[in-house]
Amino acid sequence: MAVKVVEDWLNACSGCEISILNIGDPLLDILPALEFVHITALVDHKFFGQLGDGVTMDIPEAVVGIVSGGVRNEEQKHELEEIRKKVKFLISLGSCACHGGVPAQANMWKNDEIFEKVFRHCISSTPAPNPEDPSVPKWTPTCAAVDEVVKVDIAIPGCPPHPDWIVEAISALLAGKTAWSLPERSVCDTCPVIREQKSGGGPVKRWLENMEFNPEEGLEKMRCINEQGYLCMGPVTLAGCAGKTGVPRCIQARTPCRGCFGPIRKGARPMVEMMGALTSVGLDPKSLVDRRAMMNRYIGGHGFLTVLPPRPAR
Amino acid sequence: MGKVINIQPVTRIEGHAKVAITLDDAGNVADTKLHVQTLRGFEKFCEGRPVEEMPRTVCHICGICPWAHHLASSKAADACFGVTPPPAAVKLRRLMQSVAYVSDKILHFYFLAAPDFVIGPDADYSVRNVVGIIQAAPEIAKKVVHMRHLGAQMIEAFAGRSIHPTFSLPGGVSKPMTEAERQKMLPLAQELLEFSKFSIKFAKENVFPKYLEAIKSIGVIEVGYLGTVREDGALDLYDGKLRLMKPDGSYDDFAYDQYVDYIGEWVEPWSYQKFPYAKKWGKLNFSLDNPVGVYRVNTLARINVADKMATPLAQAELEEFRAAFGRPAHYTLLYHYARLIELVQCAETAVQLLQDPEITSRDIRVPITPRAARGIGCVEAPRGTLIHDYTCDEQGLITKINLIVGTTHNNAAMNMSVEQAAKQFIKAGKYDQGSLNKVEMAIRAYDP
Repeated sequence: MAVKVVEDWLNACSGCEISILNIGDPLLDILPALEFVHITALVDHKFFGQLGDGVTMDIPEAVVGIVSGGVRNEEQKHELEEIRKKVKFLISLGSCACHGGVPAQANMWKNDEIFEKVFRHCISSTPAPNPEDPSVPKWTPTCAAVDEVVKVDIAIPGCPPHPDWIVEAISALLAGKTAWSLPERSVCDTCPVIREQKSGGGPVKRWLENMEFNPEEGLEKMRCINEQGYLCMGPVTLAGCAGKTGVPRCIQARTPCRGCFGPIRKGARPMVEMMGALTSVGLDPKSLVDRRAMMNRYIGGHGFLTVLPPRPAR
Repeated sequence: MGKVINIQPVTRIEGHAKVAITLDDAGNVADTKLHVQTLRGFEKFCEGRPVEEMPRTVCHICGICPWAHHLASSKAADACFGVTPPPAAVKLRRLMQSVAYVSDKILHFYFLAAPDFVIGPDADYSVRNVVGIIQAAPEIAKKVVHMRHLGAQMIEAFAGRSIHPTFSLPGGVSKPMTEAERQKMLPLAQELLEFSKFSIKFAKENVFPKYLEAIKSIGVIEVGYLGTVREDGALDLYDGKLRLMKPDGSYDDFAYDQYVDYIGEWVEPWSYQKFPYAKKWGKLNFSLDNPVGVYRVNTLARINVADKMATPLAQAELEEFRAAFGRPAHYTLLYHYARLIELVQCAETAVQLLQDPEITSRDIRVPITPRAARGIGCVEAPRGTLIHDYTCDEQGLITKINLIVGTTHNNAAMNMSVEQAAKQFIKAGKYDQGSLNKVEMAIRAYDP
């Protein structure tokens, strides 16, 4: 018997769903074991009846619920609560669902300020009142991670999460397990670059030039990006972006990590810890431009990014 | 006024939308609306961010076409810093774009659109999906899953990330391509080209002929078109001038950094998505009877505005298409056909670039220095013309940003197509699941 699954995207970009498809050839073996009773991306099940005449949102019962995206409006919140009622295990898929993700950078502003800009201060738009028809859902006070709203059983972080972990977590559930998580290791623990625990010192460099490396040589011959003087969030970021075998994906592109898998463990304070990591190689962490947004890029839920009180007048 | 039919969510598309169809007392369609229900606010929360971080931040707008945002942003950032990337960097950007778009077009045609054609528009919803396709045509499904993934693997092997890339930067790209990497990638690109040729042949023989009636009836409207062409008029997805075509085929060409002179955006209270329109044609009106200012983007628009395709096999396909449907071709479901013609061009372009000796040049990035400036970047995303417009201060921190993304241009046209299809298939209170799916097919063609 196939296991019933409900999947939906909330405040998401659909990258997580593409990552499911990036399972590749094994996808065809996995699919028959799952029965998607709702998945907006692929199957035409409707919330208000197939003839569109229902009055309450109908989420089918299922064993597994998978949601990507954070919670940005009242309808997403309602849907998430309904899904929670109808499934046995809830998976938060991707960093938006687990930590708020990139869209949670919006938490640095009041909602009004964002609407003011989008609907009244964009150069090509005719200024207009905010869309407030009942057909468009109202924003929630913040862009929240899924576990700020309902209980989550399994979190698969990543922007996007690697297909290896999607397969592993779902397989664990199919095998009767009730929990799954990534091992608590940092990106640096899986990164092959050369580290000497020191840099040239001074301010953290802007990313205005490429890393120093010989393209004919592997990463094991390249110097650590922090030690080259740039910000790389590897020290405070959960490992796993390249799946079970590869090297960290951004480093593979010879570009710094920006923390897409989120903190290594619950209760971590990535910004404080990252400033410590920069200090430990001799860099001045206070010199980093746009520090707060840069170090919390993917984790603006859970109160990591908030509206700062106005600075007192001097 | 009577009943409201609420199609929610619109499925097998890439965004969050619902359709509301209001019937009058006689059960005929009185009103239709396509409501886009989400808004994230990138235009605000990008303020304050360093320009060089934008290409890897704004790609998160769309997980299906992150490369389009990544590259439009890189071009806007190039302009902010006032630099021109070296030729090899541009070629590598184009290569990644071509391969990413091949995957995207395979995804849309086979996973999202094909269930309506292979399983049938009136089939039960429980089988009218990709799982149904796998059961109905397992051999093709296997190939499709493999080929869509192959594109992603090619990108990851070279540029680390296929979804939400970090490879392209103001001034160029982050790493050069080695000769070994080129040799590994070329035969894979040739495989993609073979599959692209197979796909368009398959569709022309097995799909389109059966659905000629549907093509002529679902979502049909006659409006204008917008797309990017090279100086010689060939379709280009990375760079060129914008061409805005009227429904009768006459057109204006303009540089994309002049977009504000030609394109305005309107806001309706019932959708978070704005309604771009051709300013010079008059005040926006997207009624079915008398549309003003409405134009479309995405595949059909691009092949309509282009004088020719940029590669030989795609050009042969365009000639066959034009002989059958003319220029501009207006039938909405022809978006699918146009998508496959572009698929061929993308695959051919990838092969050509990988055969170009310059692609392995080490000269891939020019130095950049922050300055106060405004920079506008534009590429053709799979879903249409994509404009990123940044203003930054002397430190190179964003002070203002404006975005017009592909699907947004199609908002008015999609609303018209929904209305047309609803009126066509819902009459005197009679409709079934098949009729409602045909309304969604009118949306799906736009691949929103």
